[in-house]
Amino acid sequence: MTFLGPEEWAAVALSLRVAAVATLASLPLGLLVAHALARWRFPGRAALNALVHLPLILPPVVTGYLLLLAFGPRAPLGAGLEALGLPLAFRWTGAALASAIMAFPLMVRAMRLSIEAVDPGLEAAAATLGASRARVFLTVTLPLALPGVLAGAVLAFAKAMGEFGATITFVSNIPGETRTIPSAIWAFLQSPGGDGAALRLVAVSIGVAVAALALSEWLAQRLARRGSA
Amino acid sequence: MSGAAIEVALRLRRGDFLLDAAFAAPPGLTVLFGRSGSGKTSVVQAVAGLLRAEGRVAVGGEDWQGGGAWRPPHRRGVGYVFQDARLFPHMSVRRNLFYGARDGRPGGAGRVIEMLGIGHLMDRRPAGLSGGERSRVALGRALLSSPRVILADEPLAALDEARKAEILPFFERIRDEGEVPILYVSHNPAEVARLATTIVAMEDGRVTRVGPAEEVLADPAVTPLGVRAAGAFVTARLAAHEADGLSRLEAGGCPLWLPRVAGDPGAMLRVRIDAQDVMIALTRPEGISALNVLPAAVESVRAGDGPGALVRLATPAGPILARITRRSLDALGLAPGREVFAVLKAVSVAREAVSGF
Repeated sequence: MTFLGPEEWAAVALSLRVAAVATLASLPLGLLVAHALARWRFPGRAALNALVHLPLILPPVVTGYLLLLAFGPRAPLGAGLEALGLPLAFRWTGAALASAIMAFPLMVRAMRLSIEAVDPGLEAAAATLGASRARVFLTVTLPLALPGVLAGAVLAFAKAMGEFGATITFVSNIPGETRTIPSAIWAFLQSPGGDGAALRLVAVSIGVAVAALALSEWLAQRLARRGSA
Repeated sequence: MSGAAIEVALRLRRGDFLLDAAFAAPPGLTVLFGRSGSGKTSVVQAVAGLLRAEGRVAVGGEDWQGGGAWRPPHRRGVGYVFQDARLFPHMSVRRNLFYGARDGRPGGAGRVIEMLGIGHLMDRRPAGLSGGERSRVALGRALLSSPRVILADEPLAALDEARKAEILPFFERIRDEGEVPILYVSHNPAEVARLATTIVAMEDGRVTRVGPAEEVLADPAVTPLGVRAAGAFVTARLAAHEADGLSRLEAGGCPLWLPRVAGDPGAMLRVRIDAQDVMIALTRPEGISALNVLPAAVESVRAGDGPGALVRLATPAGPILARITRRSLDALGLAPGREVFAVLKAVSVAREAVSGF
């Protein structure tokens, strides 16, 4: 790369990996929670809703610190996962977890709204035609909600790319391991003569965000056409 | 089992509304009739399992709910035809049709698609279909799921008269094939008169009357459809088509002339005679343009709240109803047992009021 130096490039590559893993890994859970909040009536629904939205309201540093308390090397949960070969604290996997949690409310919100917009009458019609709940979801609800589901995934990806507070608190700012684009920009701004590198990363951030928005818009339009053709 | 195709005993409370409906319907087409808000749709949704009501539902002798058991909608096997069609907008007509087809494509698929005339629509999307086409595809989709019962919730309400006339015959065919019982919600008296073999009249969440369509429609004490819809069915044999465009029918030994009806001589027909098309004369009228005069005896008289009265007459062709004014009732001195003549204009029998068996 000529535009980006090796250190900057490492930050971009790491951010893309962290955001992709965070988005893909949280997608199934996000869909499940969005569907549950949109369609199911169960005790604890309000509590689940509040829990999902908590990262949006809490200061990111608090979320990061809570993650450190839960998944740190001395916490039972963190130690257990480390023994299973999935260390989180001060690793890129931890950065993915932190950004997934921070992006989760945005993902669930977009998906939930699009699932709520699907006519429940169509789901009832599918049930009368012999479709189990799983088949109704896969063949009716999900395809009709797909534009919103993809929009939620893209939004989550963009949010994960830019997550800073919880990430730096939980996994610190280790070059090549946990130094994502925002952490790198912050680090460059702390060092004399780092302005150029910081600006280049700012440009990359803007480029990725715009590309993500354009992609989600294009997908939504394609799906809308397919639905009405 | 008493030979009932559909047995229902349901209770459901929703705010102020209490549904408490029980009936057993024989094979054929059972119309749930009543004003909007009388609970018809709730009954149908409960039969489908889309609405969780207490009580029993049995179809074809198989219990779907009751005694603590409850079978979910996708394991009941209903062919639900919704008023708004509810086709899946993201699927082609073909995928819609076969969505509920168990083990691939049932053998009768070609026959159903041909009957409904939708073969040329297979690759279209629902958004590109007309209202009538959508209704036919929705009916086809329900039929192809090999249902144990067809539930039709005002399937024609969203259509104009021409489209209704296009869809009604399909329900008649399914009814007349007699393989699948149909539960049909309607508040349109003409539809009820034409389709029903059994009528379940509902009011405020309760069943007020159940019986064969002929009996319920001809019962002046009930007139669940409102007095204007009161009428009787006469079973008649088509005797001949005559040269001047009339058809001669025979009912209980009496001739009836109607504007040309469809069918071959010898066919048995069901003719609906609206109460307001029947006049009563004390003597056999002479020099009158009306062609059909039947000897009759007054069976019962029911005066309404307004100026009208409904008279039930026994004739050789079967019971028929006459709607007259209370003034005429008094002037003629009509009372049960009185021998009279029922007069019916040939042209007043609407063509669609005649249907085959």
